[in-house]
Parts: sequence; C-alpha cells; structure tokens
Amino acid sequence: MGYPNDRKYSTDHEWVLVDGNVATVGISHHAQDALGEIVHVELPAVGKVFKKGDSAAEVESVKAVSDVYAPVSGTVAAVNSGLEGNEGTVNSDPHEAGWLFKLTLSNPAEVDALLDSAAYGDHAGNDF
Amino acid sequence: MPRRTPFHEYHRDAGARLIDFGGWEMPVQYQGILAEHAATREAVGCFDVSHMGEVRFRGPQAMAAVNHLVTNDVSKLALDQAMYTAMCNERGGIVDDLIVYKLGEEDLLICVNAANREKDYAWMLAHNPFGAEITNESEQWAQLAIQGRHAIALGEALLGRPLAEVKNYWFTRGAFAGVEGCIVARTGYTGEDGFEVFLPAGAADIIWTALHTEGARFGLTDIGLGARDTLRLEMKYCLYGNDITDDTTPLEAGLAWVTKLEKGEFIGRDPLVAQKAAGVPRRLVGLEVQDRIARQHSAVLHEGQVVGEVTSGTRSPSLQKNIAIAYVPAALSKVGTRLEVDIRGKSASAEVVKTPFYTRNY
Repeated sequence: MGYPNDRKYSTDHEWVLVDGNVATVGISHHAQDALGEIVHVELPAVGKVFKKGDSAAEVESVKAVSDVYAPVSGTVAAVNSGLEGNEGTVNSDPHEAGWLFKLTLSNPAEVDALLDSAAYGDHAGNDF
Repeated sequence: MPRRTPFHEYHRDAGARLIDFGGWEMPVQYQGILAEHAATREAVGCFDVSHMGEVRFRGPQAMAAVNHLVTNDVSKLALDQAMYTAMCNERGGIVDDLIVYKLGEEDLLICVNAANREKDYAWMLAHNPFGAEITNESEQWAQLAIQGRHAIALGEALLGRPLAEVKNYWFTRGAFAGVEGCIVARTGYTGEDGFEVFLPAGAADIIWTALHTEGARFGLTDIGLGARDTLRLEMKYCLYGNDITDDTTPLEAGLAWVTKLEKGEFIGRDPLVAQKAAGVPRRLVGLEVQDRIARQHSAVLHEGQVVGEVTSGTRSPSLQKNIAIAYVPAALSKVGTRLEVDIRGKSASAEVVKTPFYTRNY
C-alpha cells in the first residue's frame, strides 16, 4: 500500500485533508513510526491562529518529543480531544482516528504547494 | 564502523530498531518500548548488555588498588560477593559507577559502563600506585541481564542448581547452559528480581539459544535500550552521563550509601569529606510532574527562579505518571516540596516524591 491519495503532505511529515475551507491535520505513518509509541499529545487551543510553519502541537513518545508544524496557515477550528488517554491511536491509525487538529484555512492556495501522496512516498519511503 | 556485540545478528534478525549508543550499534526496541517494559515487569526480559566493559584487577595489590579507586569499601567483600560503587576524580566528581565482583582474595572483576570503557581503563591504569595487574577483559566477555519475576526459575533451569539462594548482590560461578566459566550474579538495573550473566564471548550463540529455548515457557522477551531506560528510571537508578557525571558527587547523587568516607584514603575523599562537612548543596530527587513530560536539561524552578535541572525524565509506563530525576538545592529536596519544571517554555507543576517511583509487588 502507499499513502492515502485523498490528501496532501508536508516534508515535515504532516498530512492535510481539505474539506471545504477546513483542513484536518495529522502526522504521517512514517512520522509516528519514527517517533515510536506516543504517550502524550499537546494540542493547541481552539481559536489559535497559526501561520504555515508555526509549531502547532507536540507529540511525545517515551523517548522524545516532536513538534507538529502547521502545514498551512489558519485558525484552529477543532482538536481531537479523543486522543487524551488514547494517544496510541496516533500510532495505530495515524491517517484517520489519530488526526490532531482542524484548521480553518486562511490561505487555501498553500495547500497546492504541498506534496501529493506519490511525492510524499518518495520523500518518506513507502515502507509500509 | 559501529561496534557490535556478539548478539548483533539476533537483534537484526528479530527486526530490532538499532541505534548508536556511545559508538555501539544496539537495539533500542524490538516490538515497542511499552510492551517490552510490561513484559519485564510482568514476566521476564532478556537484555543484551555486552557493551558494558570488564576490567580485571589481579595480584597481591588488587584489593588496595581498587579501594584506592572507588568510594565503597571493597575490603568488606566476601568471596563471590559483588558491590555497587562510584569511582571519583580528585574533585569528588564521578568518573563512573561500577560493580566490583570479588573472584578471589587477589582477583577482582569490575563492570564499567559501555560509554566509559576506554576512559575508565585509562583512569585505572593512571591511578595504580600499588602496581596491581590491570587487564581490560571487555572483549572476552559477553553479558546478558535476565530480569523479571520468572528470571530465577529460568536461570535455575540453565544453571542446573538453585539460584534463589544466591542473595542479592552475590554471585555463583560455573557452567551455565553447559558453558563453563560463567558468572551469574543477582544484580540488575530494573527493580525486578533477576540476574546478570557474564559469559565467554565465544559462547554467545550457545547461551542465547539455550536461554530463548528454555525461556519460551516463561514468556522471555527481548528488551531494548528504550525499555531499559524507562525501567531504571522508575527505580531512580542513575544513568551515567545523565544523572551522574564528572561534575556531580556521589553525595549529591544520593550515593552516600556507597561512599565510605571512614574507610581510609581513596581518590576524591578529601573534597567529599569537605562537602559533607559544609553541607551537600544539592540533591538528586525524584519528581512527579503534572500534565507534561520533563526531559533531560529541563529547568527546575521554585517561585519563578531557576534552582535546578532535570537529568532524566519520561512517562512512567508502570505508573502512568510523568516522572523525572533532577538536581535541586538541598533545602528544596524534601518529599512534598512543590516545584515547577520549564518544559519548552511552559511551566508544569512538580512535586518531590519518594523514590523508587516503582516497587515490585512480589
């Protein structure tokens, strides 16, 4: 299999799934695998405004902490509160139930600049 | 070219994730840190610790030479007994933490940390006024740690005789899985019951195979360095390079119990006596941290002022709490003291708690 082709990816290993003017953001299979078992997720407050590239969230494994960067600019519309106490969902289902937050896009054109699934697979390795 | 232990191919074939650890290519995890941590706490784990070094002291001056180098009193050792100790520099800082095994009246084996193998050996050679015969035997030995509630039963199956009667920090020598010349010690770095076996490096295959064949019925699980770290952290066992360094003293690190200032001369004794007389300024304490995970080098604050630093921190898999080890001023080291930890610019509340964080229930 490869990466889902219904969405775009950043070189920093976030994925972006756009529906209307709202983008759902998570980390890729490759990112969760590199991090190891995730035991803590620090999510942004709803209403917070991010520019593309800002640190928007943190995911922590037993060994390390990693920033999640806003892959596009926008305002936080929702966060995945279901991850609290179930942080391992980011490992087991990174592209669906393990999503992190939703952004209301402030510059939808930024989405076009992201990688498609094939390009991201070349970047990260289609090793799953 | 990274250094590899005699068990490297088993790790690779098991699909372990390999990392560089002080120049060694070592498994950080096989199936996952949390599962491996749980397997050790609930059944039994197998740790390749062959990267640790072994230095042998022999001759009529062996005992005096080692006692000159270390803080604990090795003259108290009985035959087949082991002792945890620090080895200090002239400032009272810790060169390494070690285990000394008394193999004979004129024969001591010292196990040193992997990252310190060359440093320790050079230090020992340079501080040998008694002229003991010092040999670096690190290449001759492989070492496995078998830890967990089923470890002793597994060990007895391979030893062919009782291991349960060998007391904590004692050892027995002889054939293990049919391999002569092994040392089986009731020591470990996890807080579980268990043993560590020193074996001739050339017998690594025989012993690995025997342990895993016999171990299957006990649920023996291979454990990487990731879980080794979470297991030791739950016990507040020091990790050299994190919690203890050339610049921390054993008194500060909570190792006064292995620092025998009254035993007579040893390297670092004078500054340690002076530090004890003046009052130990800082203490290594256990912290429970709210909401976020403190990591090495996180600043510890009290009433907004930086007062110390986290030396190790993680999410405790057994306790499901965020735990950390930190140096704090002695006046703020009492259990129950409220502190804060700066975690990447955000303050998290923390409290000094009793350690070990984890106590086994059998």
